[in-house]
Amino acid sequence: MTGKTLYDKLWDAHVVREEDDGTALLYIDRHLVHEVTSPQAFEGLRMAKRDVWRKESIVAVPDHNVPTTTADRGNGSAGISDPIAKLQIDTLDKNCAEFGINEFHMDDIRQGIVHVIGPEQGATLPGMTVVCGDSHTSTHGAFGALAHGIGTSEVEHVMATGCLIQKKMKNMLVSVDGKVGPGVTAKDIVLAIIGQIGTAGGTGYAIEFAGEAIQDLSMEGRMTVCNMAIEAGARAGMIAVDDKTIEYVKNRPYAPTGEIWDKAVKAWRDLKSDDDAAFDEIVRIHAGSIEPQVTWGTSPEMVRSVNDKVPDPADESDPVKAKAISDALDYMGLEAGQPINEVTIDKVFIGSCTNSRIEDMRQAAAVVKGQKVADNVKLAMVVPGSGLVKKQAEDEGLDMIFKEAGFEWREPGCSMCLAMNADRLEPGERCASTSNRNFEGRQGQGGRTHLVGPAMAAAAAVKGHFVDVRSV
Amino acid sequence: MEKFTTHSGIVIPLDRSNVDTDAIIPKQYLKSISRTGFGPTLFDDWRYAEPGEPGMDHSKRKLNKDFVLNQEPYKNGSILLARENFGCGSSREHAVWALEDYGIRAVIAPGFADIFYNNSFKNGLLPIVLSEKKVDDLFVKASSKDGYSLTIDLDKQLVIEQDRETTEETPFEIDEFRKYCLLNGLDDIGLTLQYADEIKAYEKRRRQEAPWLFA
Ligand code: SF4
Repeated sequence: MTGKTLYDKLWDAHVVREEDDGTALLYIDRHLVHEVTSPQAFEGLRMAKRDVWRKESIVAVPDHNVPTTTADRGNGSAGISDPIAKLQIDTLDKNCAEFGINEFHMDDIRQGIVHVIGPEQGATLPGMTVVCGDSHTSTHGAFGALAHGIGTSEVEHVMATGCLIQKKMKNMLVSVDGKVGPGVTAKDIVLAIIGQIGTAGGTGYAIEFAGEAIQDLSMEGRMTVCNMAIEAGARAGMIAVDDKTIEYVKNRPYAPTGEIWDKAVKAWRDLKSDDDAAFDEIVRIHAGSIEPQVTWGTSPEMVRSVNDKVPDPADESDPVKAKAISDALDYMGLEAGQPINEVTIDKVFIGSCTNSRIEDMRQAAAVVKGQKVADNVKLAMVVPGSGLVKKQAEDEGLDMIFKEAGFEWREPGCSMCLAMNADRLEPGERCASTSNRNFEGRQGQGGRTHLVGPAMAAAAAVKGHFVDVRSV
Repeated sequence: MEKFTTHSGIVIPLDRSNVDTDAIIPKQYLKSISRTGFGPTLFDDWRYAEPGEPGMDHSKRKLNKDFVLNQEPYKNGSILLARENFGCGSSREHAVWALEDYGIRAVIAPGFADIFYNNSFKNGLLPIVLSEKKVDDLFVKASSKDGYSLTIDLDKQLVIEQDRETTEETPFEIDEFRKYCLLNGLDDIGLTLQYADEIKAYEKRRRQEAPWLFA
């Protein structure tokens, strides 16, 4: 008999019942909730006179809509100038109070982006099933957990039943073999993976990331990689548990202690694919060949090395793809064949659930230290992922490094990653961004987003154009 | 949820791949706490000449004439035809609500992003996967501008093209459980709660095996 993959193990441990056609009820251990995708779910519960199945499974936090300037954050939600956004945040508070759900309010130091605070609080543990009405829930897979994004109807379903209706996905292994070169980060690894398999390459699969380069990553780096599994089309990405995982979880507020901790650790040690596990698809990537990456188009798969050129649609034989390239170049205001490191930028955004953890702050600060933001850059901002990340960075003096260089140092939230609040690009503005989506209009209508890692964003800020961070 | 049995309508050819949920419904509209009212801002950035904000009277905004939804005969269409990886990106169900609210009942594409695909079924919107070749063929026919219509029969799992002389039927796949819920307009929470005892029994066992999951 062949062994099991990590995904197989997580799946098997959570199936409550399974129909003949494979449709299963999957038990959910942790449900993370934010203000944008939950109001209609709570409303649904109320209309059907249903209660929440297991209140302790839920942790709620406002993140998408919260303002990030200190001035707007003084007074809870009262400081929010947009009345519709304010109503949404107040609605979350009201719903959580009514249903007895634990929420980290806007003025709580533990508030932050839902995918940053879950792991930070130990609310995400190895072996869990984790869901959230947000596609980047894949982030939590870094802990050897089965974590997927769900829609609002599913949010309501999980609230009401403790379960999700799911069919088992296929298994894909993405192995990043060997070591990456100096200056190449988790973000470069995941962008290179997406560049290779495409944004639909993982559709229908749960991806396990493995290989020496993945094992070498810190937990922060692993979260960056799993975060973007969804950009490769996979609802869930995951990484096996090892000492680093267990070390990270230890002593976090929601983590077990004493005897139960010992018992848990013993169980967690098995959260890896068996040596003889069978995958439906295996992708291998040589870590040594990965260079710092920059996206040039309007889909995360439109990515190249910073030392490369913008592609030419004339070189593409498939007419549908050639059209996609020329549409993207039009939107991005780029010329075919233009060297990427000559592209100048208007704004820099360091933040989002992909790259707003303490290690990201440190990587960016190391590049910025003693430098100034270039004159052509209108705004460079750093938005820590949570109140606790912010505090830690301030304790380390990183905020001063950014501020002295001319960066704005903001309060935690999603901010310019999706521009639901005041932080956004104006039409035509070009941004070096550490977020995860470069879709048309993602960071503001007509805005042009280039996805990069935090050190690359910092380097672009000080040079005013993209540049290989290894040469700065 | 609205039932889906059969549906006939004009096909709207949206000739783009990787149409993401940000494009289907831009983020400024996600601040709403309601499930309805998203139709007028479906594909907002493409559909209107100027940027939109919540609270505007969208019927007074200047349209982008080049966009397919603003052209005859597609204005009255209810079946959207698109390219690969439709609905990628964010999990926002608002994308499905916007399509539904606008009056789209089915989307045909060579492939869909998983979360969007799933969300569609919860709202009575039918996503149909057809081969790339068939989709190409439908694009050619639908682009002829005289109001190309299709009929979709969910029970028989057929996309039916009918003109004066001929009928062409293309089968599509759909999983049984989803088909059953859609045909009957069923709320799956009610279905799941029939198994409440099994869920409780599972919980009881897990509390002993792995108590840290219930802290
Ligand atoms: S930071 Fe961006 S991608 Fe992450 S949860 Fe917030 S909006 Fe979504």
